[in-house]
Amino acid sequence: MNDRPNKKIRLAIVEPSPLLAAGLQSVLTGTGGEFDLCGLFDELDPLLERAPIVRPDLVLIDPAVIDFRKRNTLHGLFDRLPETTWVAVVYGFIEPETLKQYHGAVHIYDDRPKIVRKLRRAIEERARESDNATGENYELTDRESEILVSVAKGMTNKEIADAHHISVHTVISHRKNISRKTGIKTVSGLTVYALLNNLLDQSEVE
Amino acid sequence: MKHLLFSEHQKMAELIHTNYRLLFVLPRFGIRLGFGEKSVGDICRAHDLSTSLFLLVCHIYTFDDFLPSPDQLDSFTAEELTRYLHRSHTDYLDNQIPEIRQQVLTLAAGCEARNGRILEHFFDDYSREVISHFNYEETVVFPYIHNLSEGRLSDEGYSIGQFEENHSNIEEKLGDLKNILIKYLPDSLPEASRNRLLLDLFLLEDDLSKHSLIEDRILVPLVEQLEEKTR
Repeated sequence: MNDRPNKKIRLAIVEPSPLLAAGLQSVLTGTGGEFDLCGLFDELDPLLERAPIVRPDLVLIDPAVIDFRKRNTLHGLFDRLPETTWVAVVYGFIEPETLKQYHGAVHIYDDRPKIVRKLRRAIEERARESDNATGENYELTDRESEILVSVAKGMTNKEIADAHHISVHTVISHRKNISRKTGIKTVSGLTVYALLNNLLDQSEVE
Repeated sequence: MKHLLFSEHQKMAELIHTNYRLLFVLPRFGIRLGFGEKSVGDICRAHDLSTSLFLLVCHIYTFDDFLPSPDQLDSFTAEELTRYLHRSHTDYLDNQIPEIRQQVLTLAAGCEARNGRILEHFFDDYSREVISHFNYEETVVFPYIHNLSEGRLSDEGYSIGQFEENHSNIEEKLGDLKNILIKYLPDSLPEASRNRLLLDLFLLEDDLSKHSLIEDRILVPLVEQLEEKTR
């Protein structure tokens, strides 16, 4: 995505307030910086039209430009530009549920280094997300189900590792994936999952 | 201030229209609905409440990134704050959780016996954890603060720094309960009571997270100031 020789990050800004837009531009695209402004928009649609040409790596967007009712369908929007990182510019109240969907958020009271750090982190986050998305299956694998049953039975990571002939590190990574896929984080929650899916009998957990 | 905030000259009713979650807050300050056109300041004075504490709590409930400035913490006493927190605990234990438990029981009665038991068991497990967390605050943290505001430090070397003992496990369990209801109990459960319960769990989760924000953003810094003065 970044095939230009100087490797600058191509930044597009979607911000209806000319003051904020100019401010963001001046804070981020000073000389020697790592960002290159490729487009300045006051609405979303013009950006989407121009995106195939300007090919932004990063879009800094005011969440207020997106209609309130559409704020829970941001993934659909993000998928249209699968290589672009979307970062919200926050200056008022935005519901946490909405904000969580962006790859990152900068607050207008953040100082320059903090904004740059947050943007870099957001780009990494986006890269990780698209890695995970390729070939991702939402369902647990057979191996993950086995590990989950062991966790639900109250076994420690070490015991699980020994029983399955894998390293503790692998057990931990399986557990992370299990929690990510199911959204369940506590051992007692996993026990309920195992019981409800008939992976485990009540008598095995008493 | 970086925000447009509520003011004591505003009508109390406007606050509720702006953020209906404040409906959880009013009873904990002993304020009942039916206040007509009265302003925030008038109502607080009539109830002998610190207006600034009341507004601070409302701000935390309403503006996600609101952080009180150190001088705002001087305008009320630690005792006033713990009184509010104590009433909040009582409200959770006597009203919120029992009401939700009742809904869990109704739902459990409407599903396969085995699943009903699993659900009830998980919920009771969760409420036990909430109770023990509040207990710790009531029996360790609040008495410590009470002594501190009378100028006495803890004999056992306790300090509010140890309060960092966070709420994360309680939050995780509640998150798990939501996922179990949304994804893993079979689709044969009575739909209306399942939905009702979930909606109330979302509200409870939100309210509890504000409650812990009040502890993190008001209680802890306030007590740290007191500790400074007492040392």
